[in-house]
Amino acid sequence: MDLENIPQTLPRFSATFDPHTLAEIRRAAATGIYDIRGGGTKRKLPHFDDLLFLGASVSRYPLEGYREKCATDVWLGTRFAKKPIHLKTPVTIAGMSFGALSGAAKEALGRGATIAGTSTTTGDGGMTPEERGQSQTLIYQYLPSRYGMNPDDLRRADAIEVVVGQGAKPGGGGMLLGQKISDRVAMMRNLPKGIDQRSACRHPDWTGPDDLEIKIEELREITDWEKPIYVKVGATRPYYDVALAVKSGADVVVLDGMQGGTAATQDVFIEHVGIPILAAIRPAVKALQDLGMHRKVQLIVSGGIRSGADVAKALALGADAVAIGTAALVALGDNDPAYEEEYRKLGSTAGAYDDWQEGRDPAGITTQDPELAARLDPVQAGRRLANYLSVLTLEAQTIARACGKSHLHNLEPEDLVALTLEASAMAGVPLAGTNWIPGQTF
Amino acid sequence: MCGIVGLFLKNSTLEPRFGELLAEMLVVMTGRGPDSAGFAVYGSGENGRIKLTVRGDDLDSIVADLGGDISGFIRDTHLVLTLPERDEQRVRDWLAASRPDLAVTGAGERIELYKEVGLPADVAKRFGLAGMSGTHGIGHTRMATESAVTTAGAHPFSTGTDQCLVHNGSLSNHRSLRRMLEPKGIRFSTDNDSEVAAGYLSWKLQEGATLAEALEASLDDLDGFFTFVVGTESGFAVLRDPVSCKPAVMAETDDYVAFGSEYRALAGLPGIQNARVFEPEPARVYAWERN
Amino acid sequence: MPVVDLAETTKRDLNAQLHALPADTNATHWTVENSEGQHALAVGLDVPITVEINGHAGYYCAGMNKQATVVVDGNVGVGVAENMLSGKVHVKGDASQSAGATAHGGLLVIDGDASARCGISMKGVDIVVKGSIGAMSAFMAQSGNLVVLGDAGDALGDSIYEARLYVRGTVKSLGADCIEKELRDEHKADLRRLLDAAGLDETVSVADFRRYGSARGLYNFHVDNSSAY
Repeated sequence: MDLENIPQTLPRFSATFDPHTLAEIRRAAATGIYDIRGGGTKRKLPHFDDLLFLGASVSRYPLEGYREKCATDVWLGTRFAKKPIHLKTPVTIAGMSFGALSGAAKEALGRGATIAGTSTTTGDGGMTPEERGQSQTLIYQYLPSRYGMNPDDLRRADAIEVVVGQGAKPGGGGMLLGQKISDRVAMMRNLPKGIDQRSACRHPDWTGPDDLEIKIEELREITDWEKPIYVKVGATRPYYDVALAVKSGADVVVLDGMQGGTAATQDVFIEHVGIPILAAIRPAVKALQDLGMHRKVQLIVSGGIRSGADVAKALALGADAVAIGTAALVALGDNDPAYEEEYRKLGSTAGAYDDWQEGRDPAGITTQDPELAARLDPVQAGRRLANYLSVLTLEAQTIARACGKSHLHNLEPEDLVALTLEASAMAGVPLAGTNWIPGQTF
Repeated sequence: MCGIVGLFLKNSTLEPRFGELLAEMLVVMTGRGPDSAGFAVYGSGENGRIKLTVRGDDLDSIVADLGGDISGFIRDTHLVLTLPERDEQRVRDWLAASRPDLAVTGAGERIELYKEVGLPADVAKRFGLAGMSGTHGIGHTRMATESAVTTAGAHPFSTGTDQCLVHNGSLSNHRSLRRMLEPKGIRFSTDNDSEVAAGYLSWKLQEGATLAEALEASLDDLDGFFTFVVGTESGFAVLRDPVSCKPAVMAETDDYVAFGSEYRALAGLPGIQNARVFEPEPARVYAWERN
Repeated sequence: MPVVDLAETTKRDLNAQLHALPADTNATHWTVENSEGQHALAVGLDVPITVEINGHAGYYCAGMNKQATVVVDGNVGVGVAENMLSGKVHVKGDASQSAGATAHGGLLVIDGDASARCGISMKGVDIVVKGSIGAMSAFMAQSGNLVVLGDAGDALGDSIYEARLYVRGTVKSLGADCIEKELRDEHKADLRRLLDAAGLDETVSVADFRRYGSARGLYNFHVDNSSAY
């Protein structure tokens, strides 16, 4: 035996205790606090990538690209509101707060959305003049904390979104760490500067659908029944939650899957609570259909929408519109490789940076530091967002035309097949090449 | 999620108007629960005889089919049988064997328990609630949360003799409780969380607890949000969980004690202007017994 | 002196009429009859008028009030004067849960008791309760003053920020991060101002009150406080 040349066993990491897990145990042991970060889930989930469209061929005829009409507009809030909203594209901007984002970033979102003919949304922390001024259509979020909530802004808004939960943390409240509570944020939220702001997980004056009905009535009375009332829920039990939102009197339901981002929350919450948007849409649509309310109460879905293909797939599964958050921030300039050196200094890398709670964002978006925030030009960033929204719309149109649809809303589940068993079961569409949908689906 | 009401008369001259008063209270709570409605009324009873309320279709021939010393009357989809106490098991066995399509919604010397899918006003009308007399009773309008909109899922729930419960809220440990109660002989006929609460109280009462003690114990064993209104042959009780998210308002006069999810439900009661109107405190049992 | 009888006029019409008033309206005193516990009465007002409701009101009475004075001769349901910005709301009976929730300004006076969560997330409002308040009152209260002549229930001031709480009776228990604080002269002066505003004379002595506020222990996370989260 050649004792000199015995092959060495290669070091092997445990799949269970992988390097990320080991680092997290050490971090927890050193600090005694859970990991808080921004963004959405990072784990691999069944998603829209696992679905494919069946384009037209001999049995069906496609529409000619660039020539034959394929409409993209959407009406929201047609059930009760005197002034429903009409958007040119079904891609809206999700709620993100001033506080979590800089004033310039909020302004850029408004500029981009307005050019594209869509809406943007406030967040936990009130409405800023920059945002209202630059947003043609602005949705005002009504959150448990009611930071900055006032009736003047309520009347200034184009719609009101009652936030029950969000996909990143269904059942949880908000959090904004002290680093981001600047003078202006502190003033808007009636908080001392520099403290950790903890937001409640339940609304202070209603709990449950029977009381929500009364709350919605109050908001309608205050605004003389003009504004559409949205109800936003994080995806967990979408069939029941959507049905109850409808029974409570909502005009629009916003359904946010677990891929949806957040300004700052416990990592354990982001990664382990809620369900993927792919699994949530069909039960939500089924609830609307069972109540005879599909297309009458509109459904906006969000959580991991990145491309026009995602938009088209969400609509085909029955949504009326989608909302984007993370993708919109990337379009503005979030995690731009141009700042790689600075990301490295923060212990991260471009594309993985998620410590939005620290307020040291090199791209100047998730920060209240005036020097960093000055890096973002709201006009240019708004233009980038508008371009991106345009691409999402064009891509979705391309697919819809290929399927022979003259409106995006004529896409249907039967235009889709699934690549994996998981996606097939969750989306309720057949495995490609078969007529088989596994499991009991909605 | 729902609206709940309850009325307990102290002044017997109001008894002929009981159903009329409860019906009005119930209908006002439609907004909180448009899916279905139900109510239990404690009316007249005879010592040694028991009333079984049976729900289902094709009820006409049942009294004749059963034979013996049994009488009955039909109100819409419900049949109330009156029979000697000693015959209860025989009748239940016969129903289970011959008419498995029917459900027994309530049993007791005085309780009658009706529930149906539909708007509360329609449900009250179908059963002629306004014409019923009684000493006390409870009612419920339901907005289904995580179970189907079915008659079986409507409240009140009764799992013991002359006992019934209505619930507003949502329990978070009802699956575990169900697994604990089933081996003890408590039977459930729906997947509804509120039925588990009713079963829990029945179990405690079987074990010898008073109604107040059973409710006290529920504060430790039930997790989640609840406002309960409970009826027994001679009593009426109210309990809210310690967090008490769900609303409750009560009114008391020399003539009655009334409960509503909202004050609106009480607004039509006689003499309400001079009633003591108050909100029951969290985690405190309020109970009234007939003399 | 318009009188609106809700037995004949809908709540929608009442609120629409009140919203349509110009700032310099001469119709400065309104009376509402037959309220019967209806919800969302006199909500979203923004004119310096007085609305008197003769009877009980339901949820969110005078919600988001600005400038107006709303007087309820009866009890109110959940969330009276919720998110009020300015003006005054006076309840002559009892208030249900979440009275004055998240209110930013103005004065809320309750002659009777207020139940759980009175002053939850209050953001600058002054609240005077002549009776007692229920559990979890002033939860996450951010700023403003809560004065209670009677007793306070469990967990008063849990997770409180900079609001000031004055209680004359007993406090069943204090919530996380809420402590008793010294009642200094500046507080006594402020308390007197609040009692006067609520129509209480010198027979109610400021010296009989105790002050509660934030220990500020939860303002920034520390591992040794984690059990309070």
